[in-house]
Amino acid sequence: MERTTIDLWVGIFVALGFAALLGLAMKVGNLTTSSIGQTYLVTANFENIGGLKPRAPVKSAGVVVGRVSEITFDPKTYEAVVSLNIDTRYNFPKDTFANIYTAGLLGEQYIGLEAGGDEVNLKNGDKISQTQDAVVLEKLISQFLYSKATESDDKPGKTASASTESGVDALDASPLDKIGK
Amino acid sequence: MVLHKLKRMLSKLGAGCINKIWRLGAGGRLFWLTLVSSGESFRRFRLTIREIYFTGVLSLIIILVSAFFVGMVLALQGYHTLQKYGSSEAIGVLVALALVRELGPVVTALLFAGRAGTAITAEIGLMKATEQLSAMEMMAVSPIARVIAPRFWAGVIAMPVLATLFSMVGILGGYLVAVPLIGVDAGAFWSQMQANVDWEYDILNGVLKSVVFGVACTMIALFEGYDAPPTAEGVSRATTRTVVSSSLAVLGLDFILTSFMIAV
Repeated sequence: MERTTIDLWVGIFVALGFAALLGLAMKVGNLTTSSIGQTYLVTANFENIGGLKPRAPVKSAGVVVGRVSEITFDPKTYEAVVSLNIDTRYNFPKDTFANIYTAGLLGEQYIGLEAGGDEVNLKNGDKISQTQDAVVLEKLISQFLYSKATESDDKPGKTASASTESGVDALDASPLDKIGK
Repeated sequence: MVLHKLKRMLSKLGAGCINKIWRLGAGGRLFWLTLVSSGESFRRFRLTIREIYFTGVLSLIIILVSAFFVGMVLALQGYHTLQKYGSSEAIGVLVALALVRELGPVVTALLFAGRAGTAITAEIGLMKATEQLSAMEMMAVSPIARVIAPRFWAGVIAMPVLATLFSMVGILGGYLVAVPLIGVDAGAFWSQMQANVDWEYDILNGVLKSVVFGVACTMIALFEGYDAPPTAEGVSRATTRTVVSSSLAVLGLDFILTSFMIAV
């Protein structure tokens, strides 16, 4: 095969490769969407971050305004310290509220910022003091089960006492209770 | 009698081990020599371009066709399961992540070992059998600089290009099945994909994997050819060994690389 033909084909091959990489970057990857330009760093302490991970989005009113850059553990307060990179285009008041939300019932977790009313804005290195922990599904379920269990424990106890004691006693008991109070 | 048998078995095992280690060392030395004497394949880049044509361009058909089908099958299979959980829009993420992170680099490397690696081994093995390499040495032309190094760099350049094309065409195949055929919403397909595929973490790591596979596959093919006994049988065995050991090396390396990349 001629040299020029080989050159042409290799040129096409390499160009195709670059085009595919560009396609992956633009169409498939989040190079364009996640290109948060200049950011400033704020931290927030949480008692429980649930399943929050680095690179999770930081949203305000549903719009992505930044990303979680780092999550560390503070051994003095026993709290999780979450560092947030927020786009410099967006300023938030100092008393902004940071929540950990879950997208959908079992989706990924993200940080939601709710702006407060302070006139001073958050600066690089500031700390968000008002935070709300992640809702841990297992905790909720166990609380629910516990309350259900105590409810159903009470009911048989009452009926049992009512059936063993005579009706007169039961009637007497209620005025006595009232007096006691 | 039993002791004698045991002794023979043990010495067989030892010989096998020593042989394997010797081959590993010889391969490492060839790799080093290739790196050291690869100046010529860049000074006379035409040598490398010729090899890129044979290893890369001529592998395009098999890579692209299999990528297309792999993408389509991924979309069909993924939809089947995702639809049970009511999240069929996530099909885009599934196809893209599976291809970009794993299947693109790995399947490309396996196909490359079968399509281009065997060709390299057979060519160099025959060159050795017909004493072309010795003739070069007689003319004071280093066969490593003139024959081995250009093929090595061609493989290293061609593999990431092929793997990237594989991922892209596979995603297009997945799109064709998911959107026009099954009827998943096109906007959700692409936007979910873009939201969850990271440029650095997923795409660049995939490309890095394919570069490593390129080094491994090409080097194994070159070494097997260079080391082949100069007979018809020796070349045929070397070709078989190329496919077996490059496939195993790719899968093993894939596990190691993935464990490093995911852990970060």
